[in-house]
Amino acid sequence: MIVEIGHFALILSLFVAALQGTLPMVGAHRQNQSLMAIAAPAALIQFALIVGAFAALTYAFVTSDFSVMNVASNSHTAKPMLYKISGVWGNHEGSMLLWALILAAYGAAIAAFGNNLRPSLKVRVLGVQSLIATGVLAFILLTSNPFLRLDPAPVNGNGLNPLLQDPGLAFHPPLLYLGYVGLSITFSFAVAALIEGRVDAAWARWVRPWTLAAWCFLTAGIVLGSWWAYYELGWGGWWFWDPVENASFMPWLAATALLHSAIVSEKRDSLKSWTIFLAIIAFGLSLLGTFLVRSGVITSVHAFASDPTRGVFILLLLVITIGGAFALFAWRGPQLKGSGLFQPVSREGGLLLNNFLLTVAAASVLLGTLYPLFIDVLELGKVSVGAPYFESVFVPMMIPMIMVMGIAPFLKWKRGDFSSASAKLKFAALATIIGGLLTWALIDRASAFAAFGIALAIWLFAATLTELAGRIKLFQVPLADSLSRLFRQPRASWGMTLAHGGLAIAIAGITASSAWKVESIQVMKFGDQVNVAGYTYTLKSVNEFQGPNYKGTRGTFIVTKGDDFKLTLEPEKRVYTVRAMPTTEAAIHPTFLGDLYAVVGDKDEKSGGYITRLYFNPLVPWMWVGAMIMVLGAAVSLSDRRHRVGAPMKSKLVSGGAPAE
Amino acid sequence: MNRLAYYIPLVLLGILAVYFAAGLGRDPKSLESVLIDQKVPEFSLPPIAGSSKGLSNTDLKNQVVLVNVFGSWCVACRVEHPFLMDLKEKNIVPVYGIDWREPDRKAGPRWLKKYGDPYTLIGDDPISKGAIAFGVTGAPETFFVDKNGLIRYKHMGPITAQNWSRTLKPILERLRKE
Repeated sequence: MIVEIGHFALILSLFVAALQGTLPMVGAHRQNQSLMAIAAPAALIQFALIVGAFAALTYAFVTSDFSVMNVASNSHTAKPMLYKISGVWGNHEGSMLLWALILAAYGAAIAAFGNNLRPSLKVRVLGVQSLIATGVLAFILLTSNPFLRLDPAPVNGNGLNPLLQDPGLAFHPPLLYLGYVGLSITFSFAVAALIEGRVDAAWARWVRPWTLAAWCFLTAGIVLGSWWAYYELGWGGWWFWDPVENASFMPWLAATALLHSAIVSEKRDSLKSWTIFLAIIAFGLSLLGTFLVRSGVITSVHAFASDPTRGVFILLLLVITIGGAFALFAWRGPQLKGSGLFQPVSREGGLLLNNFLLTVAAASVLLGTLYPLFIDVLELGKVSVGAPYFESVFVPMMIPMIMVMGIAPFLKWKRGDFSSASAKLKFAALATIIGGLLTWALIDRASAFAAFGIALAIWLFAATLTELAGRIKLFQVPLADSLSRLFRQPRASWGMTLAHGGLAIAIAGITASSAWKVESIQVMKFGDQVNVAGYTYTLKSVNEFQGPNYKGTRGTFIVTKGDDFKLTLEPEKRVYTVRAMPTTEAAIHPTFLGDLYAVVGDKDEKSGGYITRLYFNPLVPWMWVGAMIMVLGAAVSLSDRRHRVGAPMKSKLVSGGAPAE
Repeated sequence: MNRLAYYIPLVLLGILAVYFAAGLGRDPKSLESVLIDQKVPEFSLPPIAGSSKGLSNTDLKNQVVLVNVFGSWCVACRVEHPFLMDLKEKNIVPVYGIDWREPDRKAGPRWLKKYGDPYTLIGDDPISKGAIAFGVTGAPETFFVDKNGLIRYKHMGPITAQNWSRTLKPILERLRKE
């Protein structure tokens, strides 16, 4: 019964969404107040209905109602409660419902907190948002209905894919969707602005916090997914340029560019076409990611059960949504003239270069991801594009970007002075050169590229600190004054310092873990010792044990280094009984300089030993910490009063030296 | 900026959409199995409990047959099961079964007794010997083996009336004509 109520609520929400997407838009066009007034309450009702549908599906999962086909295919009574709940979105149908839920939640947030928006803009934003919802809800109901019944009901279910039975992955999809779908709001803002033909500072000020929020979630979601791959797949790697990883990375690149472009649009009334364009492609790439994963046009380790009918539907949704927005852009875009002119060397110039490089980087990732499809369609064979392509194309584009990231915050708006900016950065430059040379000489003379990567990280970190020091006038005024200035820094400036500094730390981690990873794969018998990067691993025992819904094998390694370092690593291998599928749980011990990482594999029948994979992954913890600092930066910036949803829209004069945030 | 430049995104999206539309009809995994057009690897599986004959590669010759990987634990197998019964009752094509990864010896026979047995011969495969020989990635999965004992096609997921009439039946007819 509850399932049927949920099904009904979902159908109803489709009709509400269709109404909300059309009538208020007509109202806004004709200035008909009563039609416009429908938008906000409709957004709230739509949200409430989808919450109801989602709750009903969750109920079916929690109570293991196997007469619901989706529950039978994806759940099992022997599963721990956490994974019964995460099973709701661990499958195609349920995850699309989560998608729709978050879409409606963002719409409801605009409806509830958007009182200081221009009424016509608010109504149009809600209208566009709801048109997207109409498409997504129709997609769910017509091709991916999670409420279908199964008759006769099986005695037990098929279980959730064991790889997904992990706390990290239970929260990965919701975070990622909060990011992906959060970009729908900036998209709706962009389309609404194109319809109105008006992009002004107030518009940009409104878009920024939504972009920040989406970016914050998207970053956290990507990092969580990457972290999961790192310890659960047991390959010692954390990024594989898999199509699905790329699908989340491309919107991230576009959203990062959007975040910066919107600053220029708000503060300098410039780069408006760029901001609109980036808002469209950021969400466009999110939709594209959904299409790639669900339609089966690209092979991926993550692929959901693919179905061409669904593919056609999402493709249509993509073409109508993004094609419509691009058509509007082509029509109205040229009229979005900004008033703010600027010299190439200026903060705007730096941010424009940032927009350009990030967009090209996203395009290159897109090309690599889709290349196998192009080749297949042109009947030129089947190929796959791997990490070498992405690394050789993507990394070189990031190098100038990181360099400019160091300098741009020192440039003034409108017309910057390159020589005075570089004078301020002489210490940072010196630290970079010394650090790079030391890395090259002391650690690895074979790879100048790795030393260069470390130098870039030092450059960005030093330049970010120099910028902060300049803002608090360190060594120019008494230390106490500097400290009090430090605490009075606007949170938005802290956001920039944290995000840029965090990226610097992450770059050091990425470089070191790619260049200096130590890997050792061998068959070990009990008592055997292997030396990996100065640490001695002794295989003590391998024991079988019984988990709640799996059979496990746990290896015990004693790791020693010198006399005073000793610890135990216990990697596991699990076979989940319901799906007979093995998974790996790597044992990881993080240290300041890197992760000790151990995996136990199958028994080698011939020798009676076990296959073990032991790694030393240098600076990997830096990568996670750096990424978390970036997320923290976005969150701090979001908490700035000027960004807060509902903050008064008083136009604020910005002095020439204001931070880029 | 030139007005025309604003049309670039629209044009690029159009081109992408054409490729996507063309790509939808294709299966990127269709060539994934390296065993396609190869001889069925040598394998020999014992019978399931209560049956006298198992399944080995020598059973698969002289006619076009299907080899279906199933298990009593697999809900999707339950979904395709009535269709396999239909194939048997209408005598459309012989289906050989690989009973994969049963939790215990009795689970498979119990399941077949309850729902019916559509298979000509069944091999018991608790430790994935047969499944590895065929390169199985999940259940259910169905292989088309031709008269010469070559694996010609691999179907992943349940067989339904829809994908049978659209894809699988034409393949069967083509293989029979060879």
